[in-house]
Amino acid sequence: MAEWKQKARIMDSDGIRRVITRIAHEIIERNKGTGDLVLIGIRRRGVPLARRLADRIREIEGSLVSVGVLDITLYRDDLTTMGHQPVVRQTEVTFSIDGKRVVLVDDVLFTGRTIRAALDAIIDLGRPRYIQLAALVDRGHRELPIRADYVGKNVPTSHREEVAVRLIETDEIDEVVIMEKT
Amino acid sequence: MFKHKDLLGIRDMSADEIGFLLDTAGPMKEIIKRPIKKVPTLRGRTVVTLFYENSTRTRGSFELAAKYLSADSINMSGSSSSVAKGESLYDTGRTLQSLGADVIVLRHPMPGAPRLLARSVQAAVINAGDGAHEHPSQALLDMFTVREKKGGLAGLQVVIVGDILHSRVARSNIWGFTKMGAKVRVCGPPTLIPAGLEQTGVRVVHQMDQALDGADVIIMLRIQKERQEQGLFPGLREYSRLYGLNRRRLELAAGDALVLHPGPMNRGVEIAADMADGSQTAIEEQVTNGVAVRMALLYLLIGGGAQ
Repeated sequence: MAEWKQKARIMDSDGIRRVITRIAHEIIERNKGTGDLVLIGIRRRGVPLARRLADRIREIEGSLVSVGVLDITLYRDDLTTMGHQPVVRQTEVTFSIDGKRVVLVDDVLFTGRTIRAALDAIIDLGRPRYIQLAALVDRGHRELPIRADYVGKNVPTSHREEVAVRLIETDEIDEVVIMEKT
Repeated sequence: MFKHKDLLGIRDMSADEIGFLLDTAGPMKEIIKRPIKKVPTLRGRTVVTLFYENSTRTRGSFELAAKYLSADSINMSGSSSSVAKGESLYDTGRTLQSLGADVIVLRHPMPGAPRLLARSVQAAVINAGDGAHEHPSQALLDMFTVREKKGGLAGLQVVIVGDILHSRVARSNIWGFTKMGAKVRVCGPPTLIPAGLEQTGVRVVHQMDQALDGADVIIMLRIQKERQEQGLFPGLREYSRLYGLNRRRLELAAGDALVLHPGPMNRGVEIAADMADGSQTAIEEQVTNGVAVRMALLYLLIGGGAQ
């Protein structure tokens, strides 16, 4: 078994907070306000990030933005190569997304395969006007033609490395670290 | 975690596995409520329903579950296939496997038939009812329905009323609810209660009023008219008077008691006609939940690659 060792800490809680604030402003600017705007977090860590973005957007614009939760397990393209089935969790999009401006939120953008699955999942739920993508970290190595509209931080990485996003809601600490296989 | 090749009975499952399956059925139910009820998960997989007895809801529910997950499903029934020409279960199973079946859903009048088939094929085998032995997916959907309505299963008082002797639903439910920490009582005419049932930890009560006292969940079983011809009970009217569920009797149970029935119902016999659609019954919801639970089963049995 390979051991993982922390190589660098690239964001702390202040860093994450500033990124959320900037992306919140960018979302509002790009969409000219919050009309028809909804945020959908991809399980697992995209969900607390989407909630934080919605809170910040409310502070800035004074308007409430709905937040949905998307589980993409049933849309994965690697199910047949896995030893056993990953746990399926609830998708909670209780509002209509027809005609909406949907911002998908995830923690790390890597191969693009999760986002591909998320796009299929979203389109099964309705027909949004736009789908945009926000990611806290873009670590490169895309395997599909997918890019993010809002990026917290671009972090060039090697395949031997992992980017770990940790959030208070899921991991009791706010930080982003690069782990390396030794 | 769920590591079985087949689902043959609730008896083979641990409480953790049952809990995990019910957890997986929750997200599946969300899919059924969408305008477009389809996810791509089991694309290219084949589910065969092989039924040697009549069934509408179980078979339909397995076929819909397969389709909602994008698997292909075909149906073979006893009367219209090579089975009628005398082909053995073993040979039929091997043939279905050669046709590419990943899952065979089997209903058969002989207890143990699914186990025999499971040993003969690499495909996953799901027992959809074998004689008076087990009907695990029915028990899973009953437990799912109760858990959804009550928030949990541990500590609940569950009463199963009717022909316990011939009921595979009763057997699977006794195993399931007991494993999940509920207390199970059964009630019915002494001729329709198997001897020695108390040894499974179940309480046997012959007076309906007494059985219902404080019950949180009441599972009414279908009474089959053939049993009367066999002399196991004198008549439907008497049966209804002694063991039928009506408004007065429901008041003996806990205030928010939940009434289940696996269907098809004999309205006016085991359940009063006006009660079948009442606010405390979840009989229609059981049917929807049946699809969700069977989607979870199919996903857990063949959703992953390594088999």
